[in-house]
Amino acid sequence: MTAAVSRKPAPAAPAGEALVQVRGISKVYAGAVEALRDVTLDFEEGRLTSLLGPSGCGKTTLLKIIAGLIPATAGECLIAGRRVTGPGPERAFVFQDFALLPWATVLRNVGFGLELRGVPKAEREERAKHYVDMVGLAGFERKYPHELSGGMRQRVGLARALAVDAAVLLMDEPFSAVDEQTRRKFQEDLIRLRAVASKTFIFVTHSIEEAVYVSDRVVLLSPRPGRVADIIDLDLARDRDPDEIRRMPEYLDTVEAIWQGLRRYV
Amino acid sequence: MILFGYRVPMMASLVLWALVWEAVGQLDLVLMFPPLSAVLAALVELVPTPTFLDAAWITLRSFVLGMLLAIAVGVPMGILMGRVEAADRLLGMWVNLFVSAPLTALVPVIMILFGMGETTVIVTVFLFAVWIIALDARAGARGIPASLAEMARSFGASRAQFYWKIVLLAALPEILAGIRLGLIRGVKGVVIGQLLVAVIGIGALFELYSRNFLMERFWALALILFAFALILAELIERVERRVEYYAGVRNS
Repeated sequence: MTAAVSRKPAPAAPAGEALVQVRGISKVYAGAVEALRDVTLDFEEGRLTSLLGPSGCGKTTLLKIIAGLIPATAGECLIAGRRVTGPGPERAFVFQDFALLPWATVLRNVGFGLELRGVPKAEREERAKHYVDMVGLAGFERKYPHELSGGMRQRVGLARALAVDAAVLLMDEPFSAVDEQTRRKFQEDLIRLRAVASKTFIFVTHSIEEAVYVSDRVVLLSPRPGRVADIIDLDLARDRDPDEIRRMPEYLDTVEAIWQGLRRYV
Repeated sequence: MILFGYRVPMMASLVLWALVWEAVGQLDLVLMFPPLSAVLAALVELVPTPTFLDAAWITLRSFVLGMLLAIAVGVPMGILMGRVEAADRLLGMWVNLFVSAPLTALVPVIMILFGMGETTVIVTVFLFAVWIIALDARAGARGIPASLAEMARSFGASRAQFYWKIVLLAALPEILAGIRLGLIRGVKGVVIGQLLVAVIGIGALFELYSRNFLMERFWALALILFAFALILAELIERVERRVEYYAGVRNS
């Protein structure tokens, strides 16, 4: 199944190099639960690739293996040609439940990755401030997480991941813990963000609309065990107004096509 | 609170008890209980005396040293138990055993090991307080949300950074609660230790007064001790309140 919009002639940007390569990754939990089976994928540099699928298809497991947080049972993952053996400075993770330090201010939370690296305080705070502004939280630097709404907390998580200047941004259902309106806003903000931050994004979601809206490529995973079911390249002209994308026929067709494909796994 | 339709302040129960004590004393009903007014008079008279001040100083010293030791040992032990499975299995049985055991019975043994002086009292305070501190520190260390641990790892935290910057702070509400309970037990420990050693400090005074039926002084001393324990607990609770804002929201 290919989407209605793949492979337009003369693409606006050249196809990226595969920065992140996953080769034959399998993951078995506690000897019995096969979360992933023989997954081989390429993630192009500078692109946003979504991992989409119903619960139990291993998308978060795959993301955490790429992040180096979980070891794979078989196979390997390469970043710029080097094997992944654990977390590293070229990858930053955004968590579904935000994972903020509740005893620290927004500024300190955003600078936490830098703090762990030993960046001196003045420089750390300056860089953190820059990213706090970038995610739209200017003025909230001295607030604590419990004083923020869910959407604001996730912005802090995002700013923290951006602040360490990693080449690869791994996002684990980052917008699923906020309300629908905030979620839509986040999706639009993500598109705007990509215009200024040329990073490689790997985005896990279970929402088809979200995946088609933000991604350059959607990887469909089927559950039990997790395998690559399909790969769809999208070419929605994203330099257009983010609001318009949701009404484009190509967008709606793609969403419907993916849903028809995924139905049988639910 | 409302009682029979009338607003009654919380202090009312204290006042009632004070009145009962006064009445019992004035009527000479029980030898043990002189009137409250006499006790308060003895208290005022007692505090500035060198007898009391020396005793209080020795007691305070033993108490503080014992508590510092209990915290220095209890917190790391608890955190270790909370994060390292092997440590938990090894130490868990002992901690659970001692936290509810009648440690008073062990004081004579401690006396034999450490002699009839301040060391015994310090060890007693330590033993009374350390187990609950370890247990609560363990609970705090175990309660750290998995995603916080993952987050720290993903940003490259070393083991040391993880323990200092995440575990200790995340467990702080429980650690403080454990210290508060440990302090109370420590007060018990210092008095019991001194009572049984019976030659130094407040314990010796208690012995002296009760033996000579100087009940006004005895109760004055008891009041001072109770007040001390209460104030300590209140102080720690204040610190706890400053930290508890994140105890409930550690999962987000």
